Amino acid sequence: MEENTTLYTIIVHSENFSGILNQVATVFTRLQVNIESLNVSASSMKNVHKFTISCKTTARNIDKILKQINKKLDVINAACYTDDEIFQSEIAMFKISASEFQNWEDTSRLLRGYNTHIVEVTPEFLVVELAGSSEAIDSLYGELDRIGCVRQFVRSGKVAVTASPLEKVNDLLARRRDRYGYRTAQ
Amino acid sequence: MENNEKVSGSEALVRALIEEGVDTMFGYPGGAIMPVYDALMDHLDVINHILVRHEQGATHAAEGYARASGKVGVCLVTGGPGATNTLTGIADAMLDSTPIIVIAGQISTDMIGTDAFQEVDFTCVTQPICKWSYQISSPEEITWAVSRAFFVARSGRPGPVVLSITKNAQVGMTEYIPRKVNYIRSYDDDPEIDMTRIREAAAAINSARRPFVLAGQGIELGNAQEEFLAFVEKAGLPFGCTLLGLSVAPSSHPLNKGMLGMHGNYCNNVKTNECDVLIAVGMRFDDRVTGNVATYARQAKIIHLDIDPSEIGKNVPVDIPVLGNCRKTLPLLTERLLKMDRSEWIESFRKYQDEEYEKVIDRELHPAAGPLNMGEVVDAVSSATGGDAILVTDVGQNQMMASRYFRYTRKRSIITSGGMGTMGFGIPAAIGAALGRPDRTVCVFTGDGGLQMMMQEFGTIMEHRIPVKMILLNNNYLGNVRQWQELFYNRRYSFTHLENPDFQVIASAYGIPSRRVLAREDLKSAVDEMLSADGPFFLEACVAEEGNVMPMTPPGKPIDNMLMEC
Repeated sequence: MEENTTLYTIIVHSENFSGILNQVATVFTRLQVNIESLNVSASSMKNVHKFTISCKTTARNIDKILKQINKKLDVINAACYTDDEIFQSEIAMFKISASEFQNWEDTSRLLRGYNTHIVEVTPEFLVVELAGSSEAIDSLYGELDRIGCVRQFVRSGKVAVTASPLEKVNDLLARRRDRYGYRTAQ
Repeated sequence: MENNEKVSGSEALVRALIEEGVDTMFGYPGGAIMPVYDALMDHLDVINHILVRHEQGATHAAEGYARASGKVGVCLVTGGPGATNTLTGIADAMLDSTPIIVIAGQISTDMIGTDAFQEVDFTCVTQPICKWSYQISSPEEITWAVSRAFFVARSGRPGPVVLSITKNAQVGMTEYIPRKVNYIRSYDDDPEIDMTRIREAAAAINSARRPFVLAGQGIELGNAQEEFLAFVEKAGLPFGCTLLGLSVAPSSHPLNKGMLGMHGNYCNNVKTNECDVLIAVGMRFDDRVTGNVATYARQAKIIHLDIDPSEIGKNVPVDIPVLGNCRKTLPLLTERLLKMDRSEWIESFRKYQDEEYEKVIDRELHPAAGPLNMGEVVDAVSSATGGDAILVTDVGQNQMMASRYFRYTRKRSIITSGGMGTMGFGIPAAIGAALGRPDRTVCVFTGDGGLQMMMQEFGTIMEHRIPVKMILLNNNYLGNVRQWQELFYNRRYSFTHLENPDFQVIASAYGIPSRRVLAREDLKSAVDEMLSADGPFFLEACVAEEGNVMPMTPPGKPIDNMLMEC
């Protein structure tokens, strides 16, 4: 019996130590869940790194994944969100063959329609950037691919911020600092 | 000590260990850890280093030491194969929440990544199976990493920590600056107690007519044995124990109904599926406890006390989670409990206890004729020690028989590989237990299979005259697998018969006194001889070849669906 899968976005905040990415990744390996996209970067908090991971899996697996990531010593917090609980965005870059592209009529309408940004134009190719939803990127890639003009394509993976007015991780760290203050005060 | 005095990283490591209170360690030297072994020689007045005969033995010895003493067990090994030989012990300690620290040598930082001699990326390999794994790459990090390792291993839900230390960090010079890590912001070792949950749990217990408590090792780890007894006694709550939790309360306590799970006591598994409130304390609803989870305690409101948030709702849906150290949460509950007469409910266990006694226990302990039974050997040893000894077991039928029929009077008295089921665990773990609690008798039950997985540790026992009482329940089979083959594989005994050596000859080669017992009438005198011997003793009990551990819940079946006989 195949259980229903959902696309989840997991946001992990961790210390910035070497080996954390491996620790997070092994959780997915253990459950044989594929990561759809992964982005790791600095966060607004000093020395805290933020992972944005998207994966398609079952409700039961996502529960296990979160528990196991949260259990890692240097992970501050891991939480998961569905699309209505976050604002998300992604950047893609397309390296487009100039000759094939020019052969196609209405090129500028296509690129303008997607609100793309031109990064570079040479006689051989142009580089175009699109920031937006993952669906828009999929769609533009589909149209360009039909023309057969895409030489290179890369996407950043989703990044997301939560829609809630609460900043849970900041609150969690502040609360913990207060609770354990008696130990560090010595 | 002069300020600014420089010492080698190795010297700093040994001093940092002493600072953490280490007086015993288990290890095996090799190329990548030689500077530390050299520094160790100057501190043998403080640290008793036990040279094992295989690194896996060092990890199990450290586990036995930790479980018996409540302190952190420490292993010291070299890199490469020395390090990878510890993996089974690390994983075992992770599943059983045992605080050990494995310190492994590593090649110099500048050689890493070149496939140098004995290079293994040990940090990467161990990350998924330990609480924290870290590579020390410079001597300045040593005191911080050692202090952090001890804090992590012993706090919260305890577990194994791995420190790899590169050769350059061992030989480089540094100032020795002691450090104390007692707070890690990403790590909530003492979770905040939610008083709303405490009140909800207390109300649920107070209104329960048929409450049942599951006692786990968390009670021992939290050193909350007295708090637990106060809790169950105040409200008259009958309880069953997990394998690792068997010694949280005396076996003779009237509310103690024995072991839970696949080979546990029948009444507990029946009552799990009859109770109206199930209160789990420091246990994790392992599949050997629950049987088929789809039919497990569906009628009951479930309260779960645990320090590890990842355990709440992991296997079984929980109605009232009570997160926190049970040493703190239990008294908060107890003060809110009403004294209540639940004797009728408690008395209802009797019927199933009687049935199990008649169909299983009496037959196992008091056979009229035939070869020795495993259970009667355990019973003879337990009686002769007055239930005062520490029981260590290997894995398999010997483990289930020993844990079922041994009686416990004192806390921290069972040491067994529960989560991993690591054959070979018993003998080295007993070595560690004997060193961790030299004031107590240590009895280890093993089978003929498991013994041969760690038999080289006879050398360690010989060298240090470690007073472990070893009881081999020899049935010439990998008995537990054979039992499953008998029950579920149509008696097709695929590779479970063992052609065994003369174990007494092996014991004598190591200078360990031994005796073999086959006849029932010789059993008591053999056990007495073993216990009165000064130092180690090896007792081989030749038991019925096809003895079975009963009762048994077949795998995947509802937990109360127990077979009483084959």
